[in-house]
Amino acid sequence: MSTTTAVQTAHHRSDGVRFEREPLVLGNPTLHDITAKIASIAEDKPTPKYLLALSFTAAIAAWGVGCILYTILTGIGVWGLNNPIGWGWDITNFVFWIGIGHAGTLISAILFLFRQKWRTAINRSAEAMTIFAVICAGLFPLIHVGRIWFAYWLIPYPNQMQMWTNFRSPLEWDVFAVSTYLTVSLIFWFLGMVPDLATLRDVVKNKVAKRLYGFFSLGWSGSMRHWHHYEMAYLILAGLSTPLVLSVHSVVSLDFTAGILPGWHTTIFPPYFVAGAIFSGFAMVMTLLVITREVLDLKELITMKHLENMNKIILATGMMVGYAYAMEFFIAQYSGNPYEAFVFINRATGDYAWAYWTMVLCNVVSPQVFWSRRLRRNIPVMFIVSILVNIGMWFERFTIIATSLHHDFLPASWGYYTPTWVEVSIFAGTIGIFLTLFLLFAKYIPVIAIAEVKAILPDAQPQHSHHGVEAPSHQVEQSTSV
Amino acid sequence: MEQRPVATVAEFRDVNALVAAARAVYERGYTRFDCYTPYPVHGLDRAMGVRRTILPYISFLGGVTGLASALLLQWWTGGYDYRLNIGGKPFFAVQFSVPIDFELTVLLCAFFTLFGLLGLCKLPMWWHPLQGDASFRRATDDTFVVAIFSDDPRYTIKDTEELLRSMGGTNVHVHTASADPSTTLQSVTT
Repeated sequence: MSTTTAVQTAHHRSDGVRFEREPLVLGNPTLHDITAKIASIAEDKPTPKYLLALSFTAAIAAWGVGCILYTILTGIGVWGLNNPIGWGWDITNFVFWIGIGHAGTLISAILFLFRQKWRTAINRSAEAMTIFAVICAGLFPLIHVGRIWFAYWLIPYPNQMQMWTNFRSPLEWDVFAVSTYLTVSLIFWFLGMVPDLATLRDVVKNKVAKRLYGFFSLGWSGSMRHWHHYEMAYLILAGLSTPLVLSVHSVVSLDFTAGILPGWHTTIFPPYFVAGAIFSGFAMVMTLLVITREVLDLKELITMKHLENMNKIILATGMMVGYAYAMEFFIAQYSGNPYEAFVFINRATGDYAWAYWTMVLCNVVSPQVFWSRRLRRNIPVMFIVSILVNIGMWFERFTIIATSLHHDFLPASWGYYTPTWVEVSIFAGTIGIFLTLFLLFAKYIPVIAIAEVKAILPDAQPQHSHHGVEAPSHQVEQSTSV
Repeated sequence: MEQRPVATVAEFRDVNALVAAARAVYERGYTRFDCYTPYPVHGLDRAMGVRRTILPYISFLGGVTGLASALLLQWWTGGYDYRLNIGGKPFFAVQFSVPIDFELTVLLCAFFTLFGLLGLCKLPMWWHPLQGDASFRRATDDTFVVAIFSDDPRYTIKDTEELLRSMGGTNVHVHTASADPSTTLQSVTT
């Protein structure tokens, strides 16, 4: 297995010209090399750099949690919300974080259904990111309700008032959508991890680690009879997550569209939000993976090909988002509704024009560099663009929320909104929580889907396998010579 | 205590040989055997004569349960138990129930899939009759393992070992245990 050269899937054209595909795993590792590589990340003592980074992010998280407690104890008067602008940074952050989560499910579910094998190196970390992002997102509506100790009222349960939740409200749909998304993502992530945890259970030396991996791997043995059920379960969950990922941000967008506010009340929102969510999610995956592959030395598993593919998706979804901005603007004028038209002119030229143009520059202009193959494969460029997209997508949500609210039908009630230090701190805190969880994950949980990567190595599958995968060319040569 | 054979274990390095061996074992009429692999090997389940999993039916049942409970929940609470007029909207309508119908369908389907899988695989299992075996332990790393359990009606130490050796198995050996394993073996091969 180790002696063969890196296999590339070859495509033959009728005129005999051969195009070689870039290999998905570089350096031609054996099965054991992959186990050893991932296990060493979990087994090695944490480096001082890692501990420093962890304590830094944990400190930010702690500061954010402190500010959340301050808000809860004092009331949301400590935020900058005012009469026309009742949704500010909190809901912006909620939508932002929910959006970040989408790339994980897209990579793990949709690319799985499309048989995109390159996903195997990045799906685990992207799914982890989904879960951490949804946790951060979930915080905001909970503290926004003001009296968090009554947050359980969001759930229908028999009570002494004999009242039920209002299922006609998109806000109630959101409760179901977000909690289902979190639960199903967790199940998908955990199930995908069970065989890898079993691998770690069997290789790590540390007794405590062995016990923990043993507990969470549920006694997985690698039995083919189990794999048979397992593969079906994975396929079903991928099939479930695919419409789910499209539904979550659609339902989030209904929170806005069901209102009659100009700027919110548009039918384009669900697909527009979903495209934006995938766009921002991929940008966040990119930001984290560029760092992760460098720090954990995973360049042979997370290759330039993976990064380039993600950049292509960022470019494509960026164009969709750009199209949505343009179309929103056009329809606002074309509708003949003066309020609608005013909101969009106001967005581009009014008090919040700075936010609008930041959004356009970051989301529409910056990804255009990816038309160039050279720039698509340039680490500093993709890192900077991914950060810009993260910023741009935050501003998109802020623009939608704040500009629509600050000038509504009655000029007498117009206002302006600036966040207080508490809101800024809470947002920074969620970034801290997110990064802390990601750092812990990257160290102690198999950061690459070990079993999935092994299954796509050259020679990993029998030659007579008829799963729509063309047999690598050298295998055919081998079999004729044997 | 007397050492009794648990299973005959063979290692394979090449995935094609593994599939051929599994097929041979199945075609010889063995029923209590299993292959342990670090990743799912395509076609191996068919070679072993594994019947198609019933998991999709379990998942479907979950989906139907989810959909039914979502409709019932929304109709019973809003349209029957406590009718609350909010903006003159209908107390219950299929249209507005769609998002929650969808979410609960997906949610219960996912739960049924997860627990269905665990049930079908009899997991979590904190013990395995082969867990002391060095070959078996490497099966989650880089070794393909075929094990034929001693409670198979066709099992004889000599013939089974010969079969596995003739199919290219290396390090063919009998894994033994002191206790009578026949009662617990049931759980790993069905």
